[in-house]
Amino acid sequence: MFDSLKTKLKNITHKFGSSIEEAAGPLPEEEAAAPEAEEVEALPPEPPVGAEDAGEAPPEEEREEPTFFNRIRVLVREREILLQEKDIAEPLLDLEMVLLENDVALPVTDEIIARMKDELVGRQRKIGASVDDLVLESLKSALCGVLGDGLDLLEYVREHERPVKILFTGVNGTGKTTTVAKVAHYLKKNGFSAVIGAGDTYRAGAIEQIRTHADRIGVKMIQHQEGADPSAVLFDAVSYASAHNIDVVLADTAGRFHNRANLMRQLEKIRRVMKPDLVVYVDEAVAGNDAVIRAEEFNQTVGTDAVILTKADMDPKGGAAISIAHTVGKPILFLGTGQGYDDIVPFMPQSVVNELLGGGEACA
Amino acid sequence: MLDKLGPSLKDAIKKLAGKTVIDRAAVEELVRDLQRALLQADVNVKLVMHLSQRIKQRSLEEEPPKGMSVREHVLRIVYQELVNLMGTTAEVALGPQTILMAGLQGSGKTTTTAKLARFFQKKGLRVGVICADTFRPGAFEQLRTLCDRINVPCFGDPNESDALAIIRAALPKFAGSEVIIIDTQGRHALEEDLIDEIIRINDLSRATHRWLVIDAALGQQASEQARRFHEAIDIDGVIVTKMDGTAKGGGALSAVSETQSGIVFIGSGETIEDLERFDPDGFISRLLGMGDLRMLIERAEEAVSPEEFDVNAMMKGKFTLRDMYKQLEALNRMGPLKQIMSMLPLGNLQIPDDAYDITSTKMARYKVIMDSMTPEELDDPAVIGSSRIHRIARGAGVAPEEVRDLIKYYKVMQRALKGMRGGAGGKFNMQRMMKKFGRTQ
Repeated sequence: MFDSLKTKLKNITHKFGSSIEEAAGPLPEEEAAAPEAEEVEALPPEPPVGAEDAGEAPPEEEREEPTFFNRIRVLVREREILLQEKDIAEPLLDLEMVLLENDVALPVTDEIIARMKDELVGRQRKIGASVDDLVLESLKSALCGVLGDGLDLLEYVREHERPVKILFTGVNGTGKTTTVAKVAHYLKKNGFSAVIGAGDTYRAGAIEQIRTHADRIGVKMIQHQEGADPSAVLFDAVSYASAHNIDVVLADTAGRFHNRANLMRQLEKIRRVMKPDLVVYVDEAVAGNDAVIRAEEFNQTVGTDAVILTKADMDPKGGAAISIAHTVGKPILFLGTGQGYDDIVPFMPQSVVNELLGGGEACA
Repeated sequence: MLDKLGPSLKDAIKKLAGKTVIDRAAVEELVRDLQRALLQADVNVKLVMHLSQRIKQRSLEEEPPKGMSVREHVLRIVYQELVNLMGTTAEVALGPQTILMAGLQGSGKTTTTAKLARFFQKKGLRVGVICADTFRPGAFEQLRTLCDRINVPCFGDPNESDALAIIRAALPKFAGSEVIIIDTQGRHALEEDLIDEIIRINDLSRATHRWLVIDAALGQQASEQARRFHEAIDIDGVIVTKMDGTAKGGGALSAVSETQSGIVFIGSGETIEDLERFDPDGFISRLLGMGDLRMLIERAEEAVSPEEFDVNAMMKGKFTLRDMYKQLEALNRMGPLKQIMSMLPLGNLQIPDDAYDITSTKMARYKVIMDSMTPEELDDPAVIGSSRIHRIARGAGVAPEEVRDLIKYYKVMQRALKGMRGGAGGKFNMQRMMKKFGRTQ
């Protein structure tokens, strides 16, 4: 998953590396060896530069104005360089392009770039310390910051009073109904019982669609006929679950656009009536900049507790995940990765970041 | 955040106004804002970079045609380049044809299929619809329900798992139909089997058109998907769906560019009638989040000829009822005032609300009233007293209150104009815009 972003990001880290390396300039061998005795008295206990090591610990956090004087002073005394904005301008621009190309929405991209810049500019780097590590660390922390923590659904269900009511929301065609079926299957596989409420009473064929799914995975489904009030259907589903000691209620709803005030009010009513424990916002991983706008709108009108991203299999990029997580600030629950009932995987931000950037320890 | 984007682009364009030579910094700023606008609209990053390079180069190198201001020159280039990006305008023939729908899961193929059936049906053609989606549960019920509503025959078999068999069975049944539309299962480029399947469907049905349905919200992935679909079945048109949301549809441009085709239709709502022919100008305005440039320029050209306004006199504060009469006439030809204002690339210029407060029927009334005035009254409204008001009202067949209303409106306009004379950033800039269009077009 997210292969393209992964390779791209690797190239970028490398590019950052080389351009920071360049900023440092080549260090003449003999100078490296030559002792600078007269300056040594005030030296902090740094290891000699000769002992350069790729696995060097991350550089110190102290910042200084990257003025010329400071640069010289630091270079001479501490054998470190101060990063300047222009040193990393080019790779930053490249990174920006990579993020944009991978569907990270523009405002989110801007913020990641700003974080990277903040983190890198004015930082001292020991000559010879691995630049790649430095860049990797800051990119990692930027991404981790954006992706936040994951949420384990099974644990959530275990810890909360049954039935746990989950309401699925989202715009048209993102795959809510299929996702409801997959989640039901996932819960069943893990020993929980579930009931599905057919809350999409608008779209032609929606009830047949979810009925077929429910039959195939062997889960009870509560339905009214087409055109019925979805709140009523879902209320019935909740009552059924309470009466039959069912663990989880999965409430499907009709897709709706966030700019339709009436439909959004209907969703709000649904929420009032069924009082869901989790409102799960479903969007597709292939969505572009609009993902941010609609996620925001849904979050404002009906709230969002978690996000499920579908169609991650058709998108080797992962930008929407980053964009939406950043906008809503809520954990991503699952990724939908195909058309089968088993094609759903819990989302772990740490492992995704690690997979993207490779190696190293996870987010702090 | 989008609300911020439009104005920033507008501001950049504004900076070009009044310049006599092309200013590199201003052009660069414009291009940068344009880039951001397009990227935010999900246009492919490479396309955006290429486009902005060309706009920059042309703006700086090309000599503006005589009589065209720098601003118009640059805007024209921006406009032309954007139109180029839209691809060819795909024609929709109203004759016998077979249309194969292709696209990703959830992009809206089935809904669009029904909308298309409705479109051709309204044009008086016999339409038949085939549901070749054998995978998604409820797909056939959905399509059949939609087709039943418009009385279009729909063939499908929810128990058959072979899409080709369905089509093979369906084609003879629809021998009498002029337009056959085949809805297929959603698929994406990485699903080899399904891509194989659609190739075979295409061969079997010998489709005249293969249209790719693209969700307006589709991001950078659009290029790649469109390319694969194009390789497989030679896409010759793109339909953008869900344009009634807030998505800008930039992904469709990437698809158009990959397939060397054009946008055929736009889906903009949930009912079966919500299908529009593609209009490049409207699409561009939406992409950029700003008014429709070309329409405005054209309309202003038609509506205002230079001699119609004695702008200089007006600028000196001599604004008479006669000027207002001409102005109302011009506005009438251009459409409702508010719409015109929204079309102007002027940033968030504040127009006093009472200036909008004149409906088109009211405008027509005002003209009738003014027709009942003497030349003296038109040139110098100050002479209109109570007895004249009564005479005018009788002559125009209106109540005296309406004449007073008109004079009140005139005074509002006059005050607004005075505010404007103070220079840029005045309260009411419309006259100056009129002047601009009057002079430069």
